[in-house]
Amino acid sequence: MTHRRTHALIWIWTLFVVAVVYLPIACGALASFNKSRYFGFPVKAYATDWWAKTLDSIEIGMIVRNSILIALLVTVLSVLIATFGALAFARYDWKGRRLYQKLIMLPIFFPQPVLGLAMLLGFSAVGIQTSWMTAVFAHLVWVVPVVTLVIAIQVYGFDPSLEEAAIDLGCSRLQVLREVTLPLLWPGIWSGMLFAFLLSWSNFPLSLYTAGADSTIPKWLYAKMVAGYTPMVPALGTLATLGAAALLLTGGLVGLMVRRRSAS
Amino acid sequence: MADLTIAHAETPREERPTHRLSAGALCALPVIGLLAIGFAAPLVAILGYSVATPRSFDVFRSFTLENFAALFDPTNTVWLSFLWSCGFALFTVALLAVIAYPIAYGLNRVFGRASAFISVLFVFPLFVSENVRLYGWVLFYIKNGVLDGTLKWLGLAGGPEVLYTPGITLFGMVYTYLPFMLFPMTLGLALVPRDLVDAARDLGAGRLFIWREIELPLAMPGILIGMLLTFVLAIGATAEAKILGGQSIIVISHDIEIAFTYSQNWPAGSALAVLVTFFIGALTLFALSKLDLDRMLGRR
Repeated sequence: MTHRRTHALIWIWTLFVVAVVYLPIACGALASFNKSRYFGFPVKAYATDWWAKTLDSIEIGMIVRNSILIALLVTVLSVLIATFGALAFARYDWKGRRLYQKLIMLPIFFPQPVLGLAMLLGFSAVGIQTSWMTAVFAHLVWVVPVVTLVIAIQVYGFDPSLEEAAIDLGCSRLQVLREVTLPLLWPGIWSGMLFAFLLSWSNFPLSLYTAGADSTIPKWLYAKMVAGYTPMVPALGTLATLGAAALLLTGGLVGLMVRRRSAS
Repeated sequence: MADLTIAHAETPREERPTHRLSAGALCALPVIGLLAIGFAAPLVAILGYSVATPRSFDVFRSFTLENFAALFDPTNTVWLSFLWSCGFALFTVALLAVIAYPIAYGLNRVFGRASAFISVLFVFPLFVSENVRLYGWVLFYIKNGVLDGTLKWLGLAGGPEVLYTPGITLFGMVYTYLPFMLFPMTLGLALVPRDLVDAARDLGAGRLFIWREIELPLAMPGILIGMLLTFVLAIGATAEAKILGGQSIIVISHDIEIAFTYSQNWPAGSALAVLVTFFIGALTLFALSKLDLDRMLGRR
């Protein structure tokens, strides 16, 4: 049957592409366990020395803390702004909505290195010294529109008459938000938080130009790739990947558990 | 879709000041404020620098079109970078359309309950810095790397020298931007009603006919947004050409970066950035004007 053959081909193609997608990540992990400084395959001797060095390094510890701090701030601020942004995007009919929906897409489409440079220019024009704080702001400009879209998808699926019922029963606007809107939007907000943290965690082009003297993991990795490679580069890269995977896994499981509990 | 303000208007006991913003506009305010300061204002700064005296930092104090004139000067080779970027972007879009279509179709029709997990597998690389992933490819393709080493171990001549060529840059772009084509395409294909395809099949339509006349036109909004997204991202891409291409080709964003960093000519870099911004902005707004975002993202 041709139908079944097509489906088999689609499966094979998809699994092949998935394998290709993860191949370089696996190569990085392999290189981080290489004993000698320069990579060669097949690996002659494996060692965890470079991992130990990476974990012991004070410099790397500082950079990891920077990355976490930036990502946490971006998560909190972007979800606050984007939840309202998503309501404006998908819940309410208002005069400027169509235009707003399009304008919010522009930062997503804009090339990030150019956006980073433009912000650097803007900061210098008004005399702001760049540091990790300006990097948080730069990340927000790009992350808030993405998170708005993620939450908006949830907003589309929810029934506005529930809000209206609450208003008819005498709730104030704040009460409606706290008791009706937010609990219903929670799954979308949760995914939005995961997106915000992970996108900030892995961002390179914006951090490069707007973090000033402060470094983040991707920024440090790039500097070392260009000059001064040691297996600490793939080790820290793999560490960052594992961190992201762990967070995504825990986040996904927590989301699933909460949904189960509210369903029962 | 009832509006909150209308609901309020029907309850006359509520005191309302005359020029109060509607609930929607109120909710949009923080985002609009952020984008005004963080997106629009930097673009104004770039515009200001682009008309400043070349090789200076007197923004908003001088006015000259020299920077733009220099870009269009026939001796300037910046158009070559622009052409390379456009070429890379076009090929990236074309290749990704072919690569992603079967997967998007599978996510909608074939994988069933595995779809969610497979989607996560394709989303996850977005959370790994592109540096890390591209550097993984360097380790794969480099001399004595994974490919070369494996082939030699098998007793063959060794891997081809592909690193630092334009071809590998294109490969890197296709690799990096796959999710940006795949997910809009999947959303687009989800818009094709299954009954319609079944009905056409029952009436005797061939598979090619169904694809050309039903699936493709109905999924077009999603496919278009995927193509636009990948094209625009590929035009602005630099990491692929730097890390995999070894700077053998200078792409347009890299030219902008060079003007800002090595040559310390902010006005020249800004003029180039302004042109690229207008090009991308016009393209994006044109394509978005053709799309109904409410329908795409699932308003019922």
